[in-house]
Amino acid sequence: MFDLIIIGAGPAGLSAAVSACEAGMEKVLLIERDKELGGILNQCIHNGFGLHLFKEELTGPEFAGRFIEQLKNSRVEVMSDTMVLDINENHDVHVINGNGYQCLHAKSVLLAMGCRERTRGAIATPGSRGAGVYTAGAAQRYLNMDGYCVGKRVVILGSGDIGLIMARRMTLEGAKVLACVEINSYSAGLQRNIKQCLEDFDIPLYLSHTITSIEGNDRIERVRVSAVDSKFNPIEGTEMVFECDTVLLSVGLIPENEISKKAGIVIDPKTRGPLVYENMETSIPGIFCAGNVVQVHDLADNVALEAKKAALAAYDYVTNSPTYVREIEVKNIPNVTYTVPQHIRLPLRNKLVEISFRVNRTFSKCRIEVIDDKDNVIAKFSRDYITPGELQKINILSDVISKVEERISVRVVEVNDD
Amino acid sequence: MYDVIIIGAGVIGAATAYCLSRYNLKVAILEAQNDVACGTTKANAALIHAGYDAKPGSLMAKYNREGSLMMEELCKKLDVPYKRNGSLVLAFDDENLETLKVLLDRGHQNGIEGLKILNKEETKKMEPYVSDECLGSLYAPTAAIVSPWELCLALAETAVRNGVELFLNNRVESISKENDIFTVITDKDTYHSKYIVNAAGVNTDTIHEMIGEKEFTISANKGQYYLFDKAQGYLTTKTLFPCPSTKGKGCAVTPTVGGNLVIGPDSSPCTKDDLDTTAEGLMFVKKASSRMVPKLDFRENIRNFAGLRAKCDRDDFIVEESKSVRNFFNLAGIASPGLSSSIAIGNAVLEWLKSKEKLIEKENFIDSRKRIKFMSLSDEEKNELIKKNPAYGRIICRCELITEGEILETFNTPIPPVSIDGVKRRVKAGMGRCQGGFCGEKVAMILKDKLGLEYDEILQDKKGSNILFNEAKGGQY
Repeated sequence: MFDLIIIGAGPAGLSAAVSACEAGMEKVLLIERDKELGGILNQCIHNGFGLHLFKEELTGPEFAGRFIEQLKNSRVEVMSDTMVLDINENHDVHVINGNGYQCLHAKSVLLAMGCRERTRGAIATPGSRGAGVYTAGAAQRYLNMDGYCVGKRVVILGSGDIGLIMARRMTLEGAKVLACVEINSYSAGLQRNIKQCLEDFDIPLYLSHTITSIEGNDRIERVRVSAVDSKFNPIEGTEMVFECDTVLLSVGLIPENEISKKAGIVIDPKTRGPLVYENMETSIPGIFCAGNVVQVHDLADNVALEAKKAALAAYDYVTNSPTYVREIEVKNIPNVTYTVPQHIRLPLRNKLVEISFRVNRTFSKCRIEVIDDKDNVIAKFSRDYITPGELQKINILSDVISKVEERISVRVVEVNDD
Repeated sequence: MYDVIIIGAGVIGAATAYCLSRYNLKVAILEAQNDVACGTTKANAALIHAGYDAKPGSLMAKYNREGSLMMEELCKKLDVPYKRNGSLVLAFDDENLETLKVLLDRGHQNGIEGLKILNKEETKKMEPYVSDECLGSLYAPTAAIVSPWELCLALAETAVRNGVELFLNNRVESISKENDIFTVITDKDTYHSKYIVNAAGVNTDTIHEMIGEKEFTISANKGQYYLFDKAQGYLTTKTLFPCPSTKGKGCAVTPTVGGNLVIGPDSSPCTKDDLDTTAEGLMFVKKASSRMVPKLDFRENIRNFAGLRAKCDRDDFIVEESKSVRNFFNLAGIASPGLSSSIAIGNAVLEWLKSKEKLIEKENFIDSRKRIKFMSLSDEEKNELIKKNPAYGRIICRCELITEGEILETFNTPIPPVSIDGVKRRVKAGMGRCQGGFCGEKVAMILKDKLGLEYDEILQDKKGSNILFNEAKGGQY
C-alpha cells in the first residue's frame, strides 16, 4: 500500500513527488509512461524555465533535472515506461508495463497527466489531407528528440506558446517561417514569446486572421489566409496566399482526463479538467490533481507550485483525515473564463486561499474584485496589464472567505483614473 | 501468366480476390497505391445498410440484401469489427412521414426483414438525444456498422494467405489482348491473364476504355465527414438518417465500431482526385446533423475527411462482363451501398467465372483470421503475452491504448504497413483524440527501423506524403 501514487512525471508530477517526500510521506510512487522522467519538458530545449522557482533561466530538461536530482536520493519509488490504464474511487491504480499488468493500491492519488494539443479536427480547417500538417508539439518532438525538421516553408496557425517557440526554433534550423496566423484579436501566448520568437525574427503575426483552406496533394503546397470578422467569419477581399510545405497548429491544449472521467471524477466543462476544491482535491476524496491536467498553465513554474500545493494536501489527507462542515462556490463572471478552484470547503486549513483564472481579453489598468453573495467586494487587486495568455492568481485571506455564506464571484473591472 | 487479374485493391477488389482464392485459380491484384483500402473504402460512413433504400429490382437492392445478410458471419470469421446496431430514418414533417411509408413498402419489396415505423415517443425512447422536432422514424434492425478498411484488409490478407498475389504501387497504364490473353502494363511491370476484373473505383471507366468501347461513365461525387471523439459516442447507438432525397441517403449521424461518431456526408460533384474538404461542405453537414441531434458538440471533432462516390450514369451498380471485351468483367459505379454489397459482388464475379471455367475448390483453403487486440484480453492473458513479449507491455498509442507489440506484429502479416496511416488502419494507433500528436513520432520511428528507411523516406500515407525534410543542424548555426 502506497501513501501516494502520482500519475505522470512532467513538471507537476516531479514537483509533487519532491514535495510529498519533503513533507514526510513514506511511500510515494511516481509513475511515468515514457522511458525518461520529465514529460514534455524534455522536448522544450529553449530557456525561460525556472525564473520564478529557481530565480534563474533554465531549459526544460534542466528544469526537470533539478527535480530528478532531488528524487535520486529520496524515498520516492519511480516506475517509468509504465502506463496507467484505470483508477477508481478506492484508489486502485491499474498499470501495465514490460513486467505485466498489475493493480496497485494507495491511500491517496495525485493526477498529473498534463494535456494534449488540439488538432486540426477541433478547428475543422478545410482543405487537403496531405502530409505537412502537424501540431506544434509533434513537430517539436521530431526536431528536438529525433533531430529531424518537418518542413522548409512554414505557416503557424494559432499563437499558443509552443507555436511561437517553434517559429523561432524552425527559423534557427533554416526553415522560412512565413507567418503566424491567429483567429483571435489577441495572442494566447506569453508576451515575452511574441517578442523573442516572432518580432526578433521578423515573423509577421496576423491577429484576427485564419487559414481558410490548406491546399496540395500528397504533401501540402499552400494555404489561404483571410482576415475574420468578430464572429470569426472570413472577410471577402482580404485573402493572402502563402506557398508552404508545412502548417504547424498551435490552437490550444486540452487537459488529458480520460482516466479521470472513467473513474467518475467530475469534470468542469470550462477548464476541461477535474472540478477541484481549494486544496486541489477532486470530487473523489483522496484523489488530487495538479498542473495542466487541471487547467492549462502558462509557465512550468506555476505548474510546479500548484503541484506542491496538491502534494501537501495529499499529505494532510493521509495523516490528518480532515473533515469539513460546509462549502462555498466560486463563480466566474463576465471577462473571467473560469476559476480554479471551483469550490472552497470550510473550515479552511491554510491562512490563504489561492484562486487562479484566465480573462477573455486584454485589460490595461484594471482591478480584480472578489464579491460575496450580496455583491459586497471582499477583496480587490490592482493590475496594470493582464492578457488571456497569462494565468492570473490572487490570494484571499481565509478569515475573509470563512464569513461568506454561499458563493464568491471573481470579476475584472476597468479602472478609469483620469 | 495469371488466370485472373483484379485491378484495384479496395473492398470490392479485395472481396473478389477473397471469393476467388477459394478455388484453384492463379489470381493477381494490381493496386496503384502503396496499400489496400486507399480510396473510397477508407473514406465513407462505414455502414452496412439494411437495404430498404435501393430501387426494387435493381442490382443495388439485390446485392445490398445479400451482402448485408452475409456480413456478420464474414466479419466474425475474419476478425473484423462489426456491430448490428440498427438504423432509424427520421421524419421531421408530414411529407417525411409519407416518405417513411414509401421506404417501408420498398423495404418489403426488397425482402428486408424487421422494418417498423415508430412514432415520436417510440423513437425518443430508443434514442433520447434525437431532436424533439422528430415526428417519427423508420426502424431497420438489420442495419450494421463495420470497420471498412479492416474488412478490406482482412479480405485481401486472407486472399494472399490463400495464394493470391498482391502487387502494390502498380498503376495500370495500358491493357491489350491477343489470342485471348490480356497484357496489362503498369508503371512498374507487365502482367498477363485470361480474365480481368475491373474494380478500379472512380477510374473503372478509364480502365475499361483502355481496351473496350465506352459503355458507361463514372463521375466522382464527394462526400465530407466529421469524426467525433468517443466522448460524444453516447449521443446515439443507432445510425440516424434524414429522409432520403434525390441526392442520396442524406447526412447520417452514426456510431463507429470504435465507439466514435461519424457525421456525414454531403454530396457534391468533383474531379476524381479531389479529396479536399470545404468550408461549405462541412457547414452543410454540421447543420444537417445538428437538426437530427441538437446536442452534437462540434468541439469534439477530431478529424474531417472526404470520400468519393463512383457515380454511374446508369444509376445502378454495373456488375457484368464488358459488352465490347470478352472475359473482362466490370464492377463499376459501386457507390453506396457498395460496402454493404461488397461480399455479394465478389460472389457474383465467382459465379461468372464458374460459367466460364471448371473451378475446383481448394482443400486447404484458410477461411479465418485472428489478430491480437491487447486491450480486449483478460488480465491473465495480458500478463501471459507480456511475459512472452514485453513489447505488449508498452503502450504506444495512449488514446486507443495500442501496444508496441500489436504494431510490431503488423510487420509479420501478409500485407505489412508502409506508412504511418497504414499502421493506423491496421491497429488503430493514431486514430484517437490526439490524432497521432503523441504516437505519430513513435510509429514513424518504428517504421524507419522495421522497413530500414532513411528518415526522409517515412510516409504519412501515400507516395509523396513524406513527413520529414532534413536533419537538424546539431547545434551548428
